[in-house]
Amino acid sequence: MSAAPQPLLSVERLTMRFGGLMAIDDLSLDVAARQITGVIGPNGAGKTTFFNCLTGFYKPTLGSVRLNHPQRGPMRLEELASHQVARTARVVRTFQNIRLFPKMTVLENLIVAQHNALQHASRFSLAGLFGLPGYRRAETAATEKAVGWLQRLNLIDKADTAAGELPYGMQRRIEIARALCVDPLLLCLDEPAAGLNPRESAELNELLKHLARDEGIAILLIEHDMSVVMNVSDHICVLNYGRKIAEGTPAAIQRDPNVIKAYLGEEDADEELHPEAVQ
Amino acid sequence: MSALVLAHHRISPTERLKDAAAVAFIALLLGIPMIGLTTIDQGGALRIATRWPALLAFIAACFVGRLLLRYGFDQLRARKLAREQAAAAVRDRNLAASPLLTWVGWGALGVSLALPIVFTDNRYVVDTATTVLIYVMLGWGLNVVVGLAGLLDLGYVAFYAVGAYTYGVLATQLGWTFWQALPVAGAMAASFGIILGWPTLRLRGDYLAIVTLGFGEIIRVILVNWTELSGGPNGITSIPRPSFFGLPFKPPGDDPTFASFFGLEYSPSHRIVFLYYLILALALLTNLFVSRMRKLPIGRAWEAMREDEIACKAMGINARNVKLSAFAIGAMLGGFAGVFFAARQGFISPESFTFNESAIILAIVVLGGMGSQLGVVLASLVLVLLPELGRDFAEYRMLLFGTAMILIMIWKPGGILAHREPTLRYLATTGDKR
Repeated sequence: MSAAPQPLLSVERLTMRFGGLMAIDDLSLDVAARQITGVIGPNGAGKTTFFNCLTGFYKPTLGSVRLNHPQRGPMRLEELASHQVARTARVVRTFQNIRLFPKMTVLENLIVAQHNALQHASRFSLAGLFGLPGYRRAETAATEKAVGWLQRLNLIDKADTAAGELPYGMQRRIEIARALCVDPLLLCLDEPAAGLNPRESAELNELLKHLARDEGIAILLIEHDMSVVMNVSDHICVLNYGRKIAEGTPAAIQRDPNVIKAYLGEEDADEELHPEAVQ
Repeated sequence: MSALVLAHHRISPTERLKDAAAVAFIALLLGIPMIGLTTIDQGGALRIATRWPALLAFIAACFVGRLLLRYGFDQLRARKLAREQAAAAVRDRNLAASPLLTWVGWGALGVSLALPIVFTDNRYVVDTATTVLIYVMLGWGLNVVVGLAGLLDLGYVAFYAVGAYTYGVLATQLGWTFWQALPVAGAMAASFGIILGWPTLRLRGDYLAIVTLGFGEIIRVILVNWTELSGGPNGITSIPRPSFFGLPFKPPGDDPTFASFFGLEYSPSHRIVFLYYLILALALLTNLFVSRMRKLPIGRAWEAMREDEIACKAMGINARNVKLSAFAIGAMLGGFAGVFFAARQGFISPESFTFNESAIILAIVVLGGMGSQLGVVLASLVLVLLPELGRDFAEYRMLLFGTAMILIMIWKPGGILAHREPTLRYLATTGDKR
């Protein structure tokens, strides 16, 4: 299906059940390296649950999530705890409702994202306590990396401002910058364009394309804003009621009758499925 | 954003005139049927009459009124903006260095160093100051758990008790000295911190508070009942006092004492002053340790954990280790303070480690401003000195104390010093490049 011979991430028969509710039903999906894979679907289709399963926040009821780590070889993400997914598998996510460290400055947010490397350099805080040169070098390197991302995401003027005091669109970018500081192999973005104005969302498109093409970061993107998804995605997977109903290139998805049915509804289900149309 | 507002309120006079003209035009449209035309009863028939002067006056009034109104609004907005900018400037200045607070800190250090020299013969003052410093140290220790890591701990006194009893038992039963027992008691308290932390890893907020409250009580009840080890309700008596590098503070005898070694005349105040400087040194070490930890990855992880635990996990931070380290280090510092307490009193019993103590230490942290080191000092002064000063009021003392706390929380809901100093700054790191 995908151009790459071996996918970076392959999700196989993933199922997540909450009591009687089948949030994800037998979902299989491949995510190629260096590509942007869009995950779309109506509200409640199971997109965020899918992310939670990938990143260790939920334990899937059935199925497997295999990551082909270029250095560490194959890994099973569903067996890892959430912090290990970010730390060892380098699969990093952002959140639908922004989760920054609001009272800490933007720079501190990005430094916290490099905790594991720094903690290692600080030798259980001992080298850090005495300010040994090894730790100082590591801290300078971490600051430089953070500053580099802040400059590229045009956030450097706000480096010393508390993250919670900044406008919404900026907070979205900070969250992405923070995730990038973990050096992700796969970046899972949960509705990064929500609440952005058209200009910001166009900038986001450029950023995502740049990250995938030039930085070689695979991106898994949940998004409702079709101008973003259709524009940047190489591949799109459509979920509805936890099932994959279509998969393919943006052009193919736009023509797919199942997708049109899921989004626009059919017959009498019309008003219920698409209340926005009434407004 | 502020640039936008700025551009919006700087309206040229012609724009104001245009705006007023638009209003006048609307007034004209509305005014023609409502004011310009009227009906008059003429011999039973209705006839339409015109009132152009009235309409003209109405339009003129709208035009002028709009001009004035707009001018007034713009003035108000400009003033509000200026006020906000001034506030932002103050905020930036606070962020820049807060030199005042630094000076207050150094001033407090100077005063605390000079205090026993000035009041050598006033045992009450030095004793009270020692008590203040114990609470300062406990506050700094609890600050790690509550202020930085955001874990509400209502049983902190348990670690204080563990430290005190560890020294008490080691000293009376095994003959250990203060300095030998100090690290052991700290390690003991730290392991109790982990014992408390482990089962409460998944708890937050109120639930965690209840468990820690219970933990504090469990430790106290064990101390009351485990008579063989702790002496039960009678406690442990005749705990040896710390010596000055092996020189005891005693009346001259066969062995060299502090007074005889330095050729001084023996005075009981030597020990009081020594204890004061000892706790001052311990407290300062605690402060140095906590301030440095805060700027290390582990300290930033504590604060990040307080801000958002889920985001921490998504960044690859092991929440369990971070929480346990906060509990362990906070407990260790409490244990050190406990050792000092036991050595100073020479007698400990479960009476000294009631929930009331936990509440006071927590009040010091909250009142001082969560995470603020200097705030803890100020709050300890308030919380220890207020009841002392209120002794003359006897039964109204606690009432005054409570009122003062309520008033502080009304005026300063974030604590006396709610300001948070960033652990590192972009401007500082790149100052030379700019």
